[in-house]
Amino acid sequence: MANNFARILSTKRNVGILSLVGAGSLAAGLLLSREQHVHAGSQVRRLYPASAEYPDLRKHNNCMASHLTPAIYAKLCDKATPNGFTLDNAIQTGIDNPGHPFIKTVGMVAGDEETYEVFADLFDPVIKERHNGYDTKKMTHPTDLDSSKVKSGIFDDRYVLSSRVRTGRSIRGLSLPPACTRAERREVERVVVDALAGLGGDLSGRYYGLGQMTDQEQQQLIDDHFLFDKPVSPLLTCAGMARDWPDARGIWHNNEKTFLVWVNEEDHTRVISMEKGGNMKRVFERFCRGLKEVERLIMEKGWEFMWNERLGYVLTCPSNLGTGLRAGVHINLPRLSKDPRFAKILENLRLQKRGTGGVDTAAVGSTFDVSNLDRLGQSEVQLVQTVIDGVNYLIECEKKLEKGQDIRVPPPPSK
Amino acid sequence: MAKNCHNDHKMKFSLEEEFPDLSLHNNHMAKVLTKGMYEKLRGKSTPSGFTLDDCIQTGVDNPGHPFIMTVGCVAGDEECYDVFKDMFDPIISDRHGGYKPTDKHHTDLNFENLKGGDDLDPAYVLSSRVRTGRSIKGYTLPPHNSRGERRGVEKLSIEALASLDGEFKGKYYPLSGMTDAEQDTLIADHFLFDKPVSPLLLSAGMARDWPDGRGIWHNDNKTFLVWVNEEDHLRVISMQQGGNMKEVFKRFCTGLQKIEAIFKKHNHGFSWNEHLGYVLTCPSNLGTGLRGGVHVKLPKLSVHAKFDEILKRLRLQKRGTGGVDTASVGGVFDISNADRLGSSEVAQVQMVVDGVKLMVAMEKKLEKGESIDDMIPAQK
Repeated sequence: MANNFARILSTKRNVGILSLVGAGSLAAGLLLSREQHVHAGSQVRRLYPASAEYPDLRKHNNCMASHLTPAIYAKLCDKATPNGFTLDNAIQTGIDNPGHPFIKTVGMVAGDEETYEVFADLFDPVIKERHNGYDTKKMTHPTDLDSSKVKSGIFDDRYVLSSRVRTGRSIRGLSLPPACTRAERREVERVVVDALAGLGGDLSGRYYGLGQMTDQEQQQLIDDHFLFDKPVSPLLTCAGMARDWPDARGIWHNNEKTFLVWVNEEDHTRVISMEKGGNMKRVFERFCRGLKEVERLIMEKGWEFMWNERLGYVLTCPSNLGTGLRAGVHINLPRLSKDPRFAKILENLRLQKRGTGGVDTAAVGSTFDVSNLDRLGQSEVQLVQTVIDGVNYLIECEKKLEKGQDIRVPPPPSK
Repeated sequence: MAKNCHNDHKMKFSLEEEFPDLSLHNNHMAKVLTKGMYEKLRGKSTPSGFTLDDCIQTGVDNPGHPFIMTVGCVAGDEECYDVFKDMFDPIISDRHGGYKPTDKHHTDLNFENLKGGDDLDPAYVLSSRVRTGRSIKGYTLPPHNSRGERRGVEKLSIEALASLDGEFKGKYYPLSGMTDAEQDTLIADHFLFDKPVSPLLLSAGMARDWPDGRGIWHNDNKTFLVWVNEEDHLRVISMQQGGNMKEVFKRFCTGLQKIEAIFKKHNHGFSWNEHLGYVLTCPSNLGTGLRGGVHVKLPKLSVHAKFDEILKRLRLQKRGTGGVDTASVGGVFDISNADRLGSSEVAQVQMVVDGVKLMVAMEKKLEKGESIDDMIPAQK
């Protein structure tokens, strides 16, 4: 399936990029070559030498700061993507936000698909650090949305309170949230809402534009824990993702409230499948089915998702490349969470814990959000299986501790 | 002219698709920006590459403010006021009492022209302060400048300030290198400025690269203070406890002129022209860029039914003692001139001096239970 996918995409790719070629870009054929990308888009205003512009990163602790040497800065600072996105644009968020209390942030974003090519000298080492040594020049990323391959995946409701899988998708040919113009953002909204209107059966639903919703609708969406707010995180606001809020932002969800799409928040789209309880298998099945349906519907209109075999799905933040997938559960582990081996167990299971409010929160009581650490280099099926196997292991540990038995730290995965 | 390829990219989309949704907005930019105007200006950029969308982003992102009618646009360089004059001229007119594109602005920093101002009652007037901003010619403004430019402004400012002597001898504290002890002292003195939190400033890109290139200079006496690279290249402040506005203004004018002379020697004088006066980032600060004011105790007058009318007639403005985004505490108000463009520094400070003197007299009358009806001034 992935091979057919790739073939369709590469023939359509030219169409997607060519349709928006403007006066400043080179002839169409050249756009496909990585080397020519770095000259496309004309000269960036530069009054001072690179050394006078190099940011002060001495107090910084993010991936960008770890890899942006003065030499790389000097090499890339005069370049721009065909749409005019520059290195300074990409790294501004990492300069303005030296560090985060809980996680080592990436510290840079992409403004369009070409960013990953034009600024590869910086993005490649960051991707390598963030994604366990993934080498974009040598490796390919497997995409697999065949949910039937997943084994087991129905958890004990006494421990698992809810299950969720999310990813993001970008519409090829339109700039990403840090750089998109109002017209592009509105076009993303149009394309996606149009496609979602074509969903039927258990997936049929409704779109609520953020600027148009009634107070009642807003309250309902808040009560359902669906409504996303104007970003307050400086990681996002410094990257320009909150510009023109709430223009062209909205939330779509199916009538059953188990499949949800955010439009124009941190990515063009965030796609979420969720439900109460421990049926991760069903959540993932719906996720794959919904995603494929949406893709089919946008392709009918001549659009496609940003994807390539080096990076998988292309999203705003390099941390979300590959699958862009975070599959997780809210799980109650009163005994295991107090065991000093808990962190190590999670690490060896390739899992990550967060508070139940998401990435910027701490846990409340003994209920955690547990999800996959990895995004790139393994397929969706592999990552969800990892989460399923891992959560099963955590539940086994909790049960053992309940009975006063001892637990083992599982071995780390073999490379 | 620097090619702005991001704007070229934007021009591929139609006017209708790009025009911002301003239907819920209440700021000067939203009131003035028509589709016709947007169409005419969207393809332009200044020589440094600043565009109309860059100017208006802050107004698009911030529909309104609880206490004041905001401007909703900024300049990224001096040329903005010219290249985008079709938008800036009507905004300037709305904001500055009908100021016309053909009007000339009069600059007067001769402190001797101020009458009185040394006799405001310190039992009521707790402190006096005059501030303005200055842009340094040849550098783009805080919404647009690169790190290299910002550091250039800082370097030049440090050099200029280091050459001051006498009552103006002082020290520069870069925000990046400040020790905890220095920081605590500057906070206790009410000198330290923070990384902006106001979305009005953040949306305009003025907090980029914080705290790189930012700092505070003040004289040893702690009565003359310069902020470098906050909302403008320079903010210059003269202040002291008590009501001697005359002395504050004298120090203000003297210090400013000394600094200006040094920048001019380096071929980077202050940005000024005879139509707009001193050119600053926010159109509200054009002209003198001057806010002269006092912290004054007016507990009775401030709850009088005619208080706001009196202020309006005196061409004064009230704020809380925390500054523009705050409300008053305990009957103590920050009272300052409302005007910036179209009248001189001397004239504006004169209005503050005369107006505050009158209001303190009114407060005293109200304390005695007497009426102030016969003291209500005519519109200035």
